Amino acid sequence: MNAERRAAGRGGTGVISDRRAEYLEEKARLIRRRVIEMTAAAGSGHPGGSLSSADIIAALYFHVMRIDPGNPGWEDRDRFVLSKGHAAPALYAALAERGFFDPSELVTLRRTGSRLQGHPDCRKLPGIEASAGSLGQGLSLANGIALAGRLRGKSYRVFVLLGDGECQEGQVWEAAMSAAHWKLGNLAAFVDCNGLQIDGPVEEVMSLKSPAEKFRAFGWNVLEIDGHDARQIVEAVEAAGRAKGVPTVAVAHTVKGRGVSFMENQVDWHGKAPSPEQAERALRELGEGRSLR
Amino acid sequence: MTHELNARGPAAGSPKTATREAYGKALVELGRARPDVVVLDADLSKSTMTARFAREFPDRFYNVGIAEQNLMGTAAGLALGGLTPFASTFAVFAAGRAYDQVRQSIAYPGLNVKICATHAGITVGADGATHQAIEDIALMRVLPNMTVIVPADDVETEQAVKTAASHEGPVYIRLGRHPVPRVTPEGYEFEVGKATVLRQGDDVALVACGIGVSIALSAAEMLAARGIRAAVLNVSTIKPLDARTIVSAAERCGRVVTIEEHSTIGGLGGAVCELLSERRPVAVRRVGVPDVFGQSGPPDELLRFYGLTPENVVSAVEEMEGR
Repeated sequence: MNAERRAAGRGGTGVISDRRAEYLEEKARLIRRRVIEMTAAAGSGHPGGSLSSADIIAALYFHVMRIDPGNPGWEDRDRFVLSKGHAAPALYAALAERGFFDPSELVTLRRTGSRLQGHPDCRKLPGIEASAGSLGQGLSLANGIALAGRLRGKSYRVFVLLGDGECQEGQVWEAAMSAAHWKLGNLAAFVDCNGLQIDGPVEEVMSLKSPAEKFRAFGWNVLEIDGHDARQIVEAVEAAGRAKGVPTVAVAHTVKGRGVSFMENQVDWHGKAPSPEQAERALRELGEGRSLR
Repeated sequence: MTHELNARGPAAGSPKTATREAYGKALVELGRARPDVVVLDADLSKSTMTARFAREFPDRFYNVGIAEQNLMGTAAGLALGGLTPFASTFAVFAAGRAYDQVRQSIAYPGLNVKICATHAGITVGADGATHQAIEDIALMRVLPNMTVIVPADDVETEQAVKTAASHEGPVYIRLGRHPVPRVTPEGYEFEVGKATVLRQGDDVALVACGIGVSIALSAAEMLAARGIRAAVLNVSTIKPLDARTIVSAAERCGRVVTIEEHSTIGGLGGAVCELLSERRPVAVRRVGVPDVFGQSGPPDELLRFYGLTPENVVSAVEEMEGR
């Protein structure tokens, strides 16, 4: 299906080369390994939603975004807001892999005094653009950052990642209304639709029906993608760049716990850390990698 | 700093101005001087007086519609983007409706957002309890990183708004709809965290903010007629509290009455009690809204109904005398 989508949209040629796609898949795999190692070391955290968003975060940090790890406060950098702040392990792993800080710090996740708080703290860790954790607030923040960029004549782009369960928060829709009203073409959102939230399937807890239709109704440019396909993620970003004067959202279909067989589509892995044995098994499944320890 | 001119209390017939009016004026002046200043409102710009800024600087004004959570979040984002946002709505919505957004998106990351909340207190009047914030000082002052300012009159409002623009970090400024007399002395200069002694006295310290200051000045005048010399303090910064000035007044007078258009729980009165019980325990009486919601009515009538009058302050002092 992925190949068909690409073929339909791109006349048979992907927006990135096979080699580039493989490179991004490899980065996503490394992020997933780190998510397992970090949450196992912390004894708590949110592996499920971190694993589901790893490919989107990898594509943004290793291909799309104009950033400089040596100068995290660079005024013209692209910005990423992790609205679903509980996926922090995936973001921390990407930042460390990208060189914002030493990967050895990753195992301090959730410890007293650590810069790697349970949910991202922009005052503590370089590379974190916005503090998040209380769901539903990131899109408003991204809107504000995008407005500021426009007012100040900056060419930076703003990316934001939401969860599907998170879209039950009313503020998401206040912000969705505003982004279209203000014609924020420099903004692109991803909704990590892994279909599960703490109390069960999103569909059962409180059905969103179609998030795509909702964003479309508010006036967004809406795409539906496979959120584990690097090509489609990059294509969505390119499409967002072409859509002038309108914000773009990629409704990304994902699998919660993606990459670890016993975590996939299991609601229990939303907010539970793997035991050392489970972590070992998960890392074996995820394949070779340099250990943090 | 004593100013004898004010020892008479707010002169009868002196012009009164609502602090929201002064805010609207100050914003326009700020807009001219500071291109980084942007203003947000939630469909109340004609009431909060941000409409004046909107007319002069339409490109730097964002109306989010009736969506206070998004108001605070967008303001936070604009601050992250390097601008100096002023976000306005009624105090009951700014501090109540959007509390989590103020906490998580503004105070926790310590962002440079100025929340200028108008229509605070019961002097909102006829709109009634749903629109009368009597708890906003309490809600805002428990937030780490937050500075809380309650200007007493138009002069102080203008200065506080301009000072806030240059003060790095989140600031909550509490403003009113009801016109209030001018109480600041000639040549007054507002400073964050500095209380002003408007009247010297050794018998009782009247510690007030906002509209409470003019009530305190009138009460001091009435007390003087009875031979009681009351000091009057304008504590316009609730957080950080000017501990030195308040403790020193408590030491000198031995008795304190706080006056505020806010619940007697958690506001200025609460802050003063916290301070004095640790640093200089003295008898304290709190004049304010006594742990009830407001109601509809003309502002002056509501002030009387809830005991926010010079007479009631005098009674509080006399009650302490009788101890």
